Amino acid sequence: MLTIESWLKASCEDAERRGLSALKPLLETLARSTAALRDADRLIDRVRLEQ
Amino acid sequence: MTADLRSIIEVAPLIHSGALSPVELTEGCLQRIAARPELNAFVTVTRERALAEARWAEEEIAAGKYRGPLHGIPISVKDLVDVVGTPTTAGSAIPPRHPDADAPIVASLREAGAVIVGKTNLHEFAFGTTSEESAFGPVRHPRDPARSAGGSSGGAAVALVEGMCFGSIGTDTGGSIRIPSAACGTVGLKPTYGELPCDGVVPLSTTLDHIGPMARTVVDVAIMFAVMKGAAVETDSRARYVFGVPEPYFCDRLHPDVRASLGRTRETLVRAGHDVRPVEIDHAATTPDVYLHIVLPEASWYHAPTLAAHPDRYSPGVRLRLEMGRYILAEDHVRALQLRRTLRTAVDRALEKCDALLLPTLAIPAPVLGEASVDVDGTKEPVRALMLRLTQLFNISGHPAIALPAGVTSDGWPVSMQLVGRHGATERLLSIAAAVER
Repeated sequence: MLTIESWLKASCEDAERRGLSALKPLLETLARSTAALRDADRLIDRVRLEQ
Repeated sequence: MTADLRSIIEVAPLIHSGALSPVELTEGCLQRIAARPELNAFVTVTRERALAEARWAEEEIAAGKYRGPLHGIPISVKDLVDVVGTPTTAGSAIPPRHPDADAPIVASLREAGAVIVGKTNLHEFAFGTTSEESAFGPVRHPRDPARSAGGSSGGAAVALVEGMCFGSIGTDTGGSIRIPSAACGTVGLKPTYGELPCDGVVPLSTTLDHIGPMARTVVDVAIMFAVMKGAAVETDSRARYVFGVPEPYFCDRLHPDVRASLGRTRETLVRAGHDVRPVEIDHAATTPDVYLHIVLPEASWYHAPTLAAHPDRYSPGVRLRLEMGRYILAEDHVRALQLRRTLRTAVDRALEKCDALLLPTLAIPAPVLGEASVDVDGTKEPVRALMLRLTQLFNISGHPAIALPAGVTSDGWPVSMQLVGRHGATERLLSIAAAVER
């Protein structure tokens, strides 16, 4: 799985290249949300397995 | 001029009997639209066509061909929905589409004899909660033009509050019917997912999009919903209901006056003989993350051609949100879709213990236009996230939900409560809402 850190670095570089540097703080927020989403997916899977 | 704020259920018998002219009713609405242009409630006003439709309704009714309670009633349509003969601007400077047919929902209202007075303003492409990013100017709250009317169906709610129409069609992807209804003090219904067709509606996220009625009372919303669905709706229930208040997550961040209103609503319901008890919705805290990873890539998919052709014609904030969606990995989108099923099951389980969920619709009163964050209980919160917080789960889960007026804050701003019903039981939710409204 692409790590959040490498995804964020690549996304910010791409946004910069496209002249969309204003995207950077939004992508940082999105990275935190994606991390939370992946954590929830793992946690809920574990809950399901334990039931 | 004084707004005519009567309900559909009040004026319909007068129209049927001939005591009230649909033409006079429509002229009154058109005058009130013209009287408050600074609110930016409408994108297009179909004055001549509306008057012709009203005259036609009057002639039909006089000839004994009464079609039902929407016959001759002035209605508005959010400018995200196709109405033949008008451009569908979606509140954007992007070139609009010019539909050659009404959306099926609009066609059903016309068939019932409704008079379409115009297309209401919205947050551009329905991608926002404040209706301030629109190529046709920000929708302003009638109580204070510096405040937002909520969004994205902000123009529709303002039109209802100001007596510019008697009912409106809105759309709701994360709360866009319920949020402006809450901010302005009107009633808005998001039906069960897929219950009403979204054909002829500019999509935001096909997994989350809903269309539904907005009006000044529950019964009026039920009248519109019945026509839109093509089914009878009974709202005269005298039953005693069990309400479940989902406290964790949903009651964590509330304006003090909203929290107080929830307390008063609980007390009123108990005094009326209903049962109110706390319930939990498992995994509710994942809601914003699941929502974001569904809405962003789906919106970006639809807008990809115009983002390439006309990137500078979007409002800056809307463009950035659309661009953000292009960076979401397919794997995370699928992860969110899987978690959507989990959340739907969690809401189903909570509703096994009660007839409807009861929670506020909007955590804060109408925010000031241009404000990015707001203070709640001593903590700064982003306005957009806070406005979506209590509504977006039910777009993810697809359960029907309705926003109802629930008094005002200490300084007079509307507060709203939300009821959420069982999946596929929108008619029953309307009965419960009518009992609460009483």
